[in-house]
Parts: sequence; structure tokens; C-alpha cells
Amino acid sequence: MMRPPGWQRITTVLRNPREALTLSRGNIELWANLLIILCALVFMVLKGATFAVTLGTVFGIWAMLSISLNLVVGYTGLLSVGHIGFFGLGAYTVAILTSTTAYENLRTGEIPTFGWPFFAALPVAVLVAGLVALLVGIAFNRFRDDIYVLVSFGFAIISFNVFLNFRALTRGAFGIHDVARPQIGNWVFDTELELMLVSLVLLAIVVGISWFIVSSSFGRVLKAIREDEQVAEVFGYRATHYKLAVWVISAMMTGLAGGMFSSWTTFIDPNSFILLESILLVSIVILGGLATIWGSLLGALAFVLLEEGMRFLPFLPQEYVGQARQVVLGVLLVVLMMFRPQGLVGRFKL
Amino acid sequence: MSESPGQRDNYILETLDISKHFGGVSAVDGLSISIPRRGVTSIVGPNGSGKSTLINLLSGTLPLDEGIVVIDGKRLRTIHAYETPDHSITRTFQEVRLFDQISVLDNILVVLTTRKFWAAVFERTNRQYRARAQEILEQVGMWEKRDALAMDLSYGQRKLLEIGRAMALNVNIYLLDEPFAGLFPQMLERVKVLLKGMREQGRTIIFVSHNMEIVREMADHLIVLDGGKLLLAGEVEDVLNQPEVISAYLGT
Repeated sequence: MMRPPGWQRITTVLRNPREALTLSRGNIELWANLLIILCALVFMVLKGATFAVTLGTVFGIWAMLSISLNLVVGYTGLLSVGHIGFFGLGAYTVAILTSTTAYENLRTGEIPTFGWPFFAALPVAVLVAGLVALLVGIAFNRFRDDIYVLVSFGFAIISFNVFLNFRALTRGAFGIHDVARPQIGNWVFDTELELMLVSLVLLAIVVGISWFIVSSSFGRVLKAIREDEQVAEVFGYRATHYKLAVWVISAMMTGLAGGMFSSWTTFIDPNSFILLESILLVSIVILGGLATIWGSLLGALAFVLLEEGMRFLPFLPQEYVGQARQVVLGVLLVVLMMFRPQGLVGRFKL
Repeated sequence: MSESPGQRDNYILETLDISKHFGGVSAVDGLSISIPRRGVTSIVGPNGSGKSTLINLLSGTLPLDEGIVVIDGKRLRTIHAYETPDHSITRTFQEVRLFDQISVLDNILVVLTTRKFWAAVFERTNRQYRARAQEILEQVGMWEKRDALAMDLSYGQRKLLEIGRAMALNVNIYLLDEPFAGLFPQMLERVKVLLKGMREQGRTIIFVSHNMEIVREMADHLIVLDGGKLLLAGEVEDVLNQPEVISAYLGT
């Protein structure tokens, strides 16, 4: 039998606290939720406010990414490993438009500086990501399933190479410094706390838009297309249009996350946008659960905890931390696929 | 042709010389049939005679190679699957094809909601849709199962749900590919009742079947295909009394 959905569960428990015991018994979803949130709290308390705030910012960015990717992978069934390209597009657009540093002359010449404020550059970043997604999506719409993975893989490789080699605009491997921080009037969001605020507000927007889409009739059609595109067409839905629309929306929100990322680090180079990051991102989505927004939030939180938390393991030398994270994430994914292929809180299997 | 317009109006669906080839094989070969507006039409024929291909062609699931389909007076050279509801056609599949990993209720609701692209983003599931979905699920006896995933249903339930999903689309022509195959007697009766109800509402039902008893009971008109070509067509009793049908399909 099905368990009642989240909200109903909460009201049941509030009305009758004894219900909590019966609902929690054998409920892996609930325990996964509690465990990860508890870990986050323990970390934050132990490591202090600065750590907690950084964690919040990074979490915001990864959560935006995984939720937008989940729209495509989980809800529509298009397994894309190319989203890092849109992330990079957003990041580079904000970096190029806001950076004012007078660079040394490269062989390729000086890169133009625009000196825009962050909040003017961010919508442009979103539009650029959306526009590129539209063009790429029209081509991608011919493919599905395994081939889709391969073409999106190609997109990730191509965009990385553009970032690396289009030096007149991106400065290639040198990267772009001094990306502007968010600013409203004279208020510059300079401290970690203020940046976390921006990151979480942007996340709230992404969650809101995604929730609005997936809870609508449109969202149900996306799931139907995921299950059987041809049958969805027999019932009068032009699958290609729906797939293209959700692809573009997802890419735009990914671009938004990219813009936030570049402003947070203030320095970007192509190494932040390699294929591996994209695969990590897909792993987070699968870890949290496909076709669930809450799952993506949870997956992102678990990932950020893992990423930041492993730094504090006493027996692990600092130089191995980076590799160890990937090993742990890899093992986690294998275990999850074996015992819980629908992810921590999902219902849908790939 | 010498048919008068009045006679024409008796047919809701006609095919003129339609063909479909797979490689060198002609699945449907210059087929011209007429489906009467009133009553139930059954399509029979041995395996590989082109029954399913015909349904696929009429529902836009496969593109036509040659020929014209006339649906309610509209002459069409191509039929896109996403246009079939506009032509007032829907179908079920021989191998049941549901939206597996969404709930039974959502399988019905997805058929009811708006086809307008942007309006769909702003549309929520309203009481009207819910009531209609409940009505349909109760008709097919699946309301208690509404929260289960479609993939967790038994074969018979899946078959019923697929028919329910087709019924949810309010159209005139239903193409049902083997709606009676592999069902327990109880479920079989339920499907029969559903189809009879649709017939009484004045809808055109076209179904494929191998079971001559059911064909006799349910169908008014019969089309016999063989090798992608029309063998015989007409009223059920007339056709079933033809010697070549008796020898080919009824054994003795």
C-alpha cells in the first residue's frame, strides 16, 4: 500500500503523535531525510557559523543545478550529461559582462570589458543559456535514450573546448578574475552571509518555478512523455514541443546557477566546467531521487556535506580529500543502485 | 466512383489504396476498406495479415507509404499521431502501453487536461477533471487502485485501464487492437459491457480479434484481411457464411 504524501504525513503526526512511530518503521525515505539533515546540523554546530554559511551558499548552487537537471532527467526522461555546458555559459556570461580588470595583453589580444553590475548581467546569462539551449535542443530532439546521453556528452565536451579556446572572450586557461559581486544601489553583497542570502533566494526562485511546472498539467504531460512518447502523441501532445520547452527552461535555470557561481568564486576558468562535474551532477540527481524536487534538495545537501565534510576527517591527509570524495560518491551510487534504484526519496526508476 | 453522397455519409472512415511496406514485405498492400458509421466493426485475419499495421496507419503511429485515408469526409495523405484526437480517433495497443511509472489516476487525467501548450503550465487538476476521471475509473472498476502505479497492475487490469484511457478521450472512432486477448471471463464481460455502452452512445468501434465467438457476439460488420489485402467485408453473418472464410478461419 502507498504511504500518504509528505504533507499529509506531517498533519497525521501532529494530530496523533503516536502515528509517528508506525510511520517511521521501515520508512527508508524518512530516515534518509532525518539522517542527512541531522548531519548538516551537527556539522554546522561543530564547525561554526562561517562554515555553515559557506555550506549554505554552495548548497544553493548545487541544489539549483540538480533541480533544473531533474526537470529534464527525472520528469521528462532525457538523460543529459551536458548541463555543465549551460552552467559554464551562465558563469562566463556574468564573468565577461561584469569583470573590469585590465588584463595583460595575451597573444590573442585584450578581452573586452563591460563593467556591468551583477544583477544586469544575470538575466543576460539566463537568456544566453536559454538561447543556446533552444538551438541545441532543436538538434537534440531527434534523439532519445542512449543516443541522447551520447549527444549531450558531446555538448559538454564542445562547450568545455569553447571555454578553453575562445581566448578572445574567455581568456582560455588563464580564466577571468574579479567577477562582480551582487549589488543593489550601494549595498554590495560582499560577505559570505550576504552571498548565501542571494544564493538561497535564487534557489527559492528555481524551486518555485520548478514546482509550478511539475505540479501543473504540463508536468503530467512531461511524465507521460517520459513513459511513452509515442502514446503521448496519440493522445494529442506534440512531444517534441514539450521536450524542447522543458529543456530550455532547465538550461536557463542552470545558467542562473552558473552566474551565481561565478560571482561567488569571483574567478572562473574552464576547469570548473569539465565533464566530470556534469557526471557528479547527474549522480546527485539520481542519489536524491528522480522526478522529485525535495529529493534534489536532499541530494545536493548530502553531496555538499560530503564534499565539505570530508575535509575534516582526521585520518585523511588533505591531499587525498578531493579523490576520496569521488570514491565515496561512486561507492554510494553503486550501493544505492543495488538496493534503492529510485534514489533516496524518489518513486521513479531510470 | 458511382456512390451517391448519401451513401458516402454512411461511412465514417475509408481507406483508398493504402499501402505500407517494411523492407520488401508489404504489410498492407493497396487496401481499400470502408467502415460504417453505425455499429461495431471487427477486423479479423491470420497473423501477419496486416490488422495491427492497419490500426497503426489509421492512428498515425506509422506513416502511410501510399494512399489516402478519408476520415469523416476529410481526405488525408498523412496522419500525424498528435492530430488523431482532432480527427476524433483514438486507439489501444496490442501490447498494452500505459504510462507505467505514473499513477492509475494520472494515466486518465493526462488524457483529460488541456492540449494548449502554455495554458497547461498554469492549469491545475480541478474538480471537474477529477470527477470525470473518477467516473471513468469506476466504469472500468479501477477507482480503488487509483494511487497504484500503472506498472504494478495485473495484465487484465492494465488492459482495462488502457480501454478506460481511450474512453477518457471523447472521440467518435475507437481503434481497439485485440481488446479481448488474454482476459479472464470476468474481465472479458466487463470489456464487453464497456464496448456495448460505447456503441449505444453512437460511437464507432473498430476492434481486432481472433476469437470468432466474440466477433459474432459483439460485431455488426466484419472485415477479413489476408496478406495485407481485403479478402471479404460485410455484415458479420453474411461474411462468416462465406465458404472461403469457413475453410480458412473456422477450420471445418
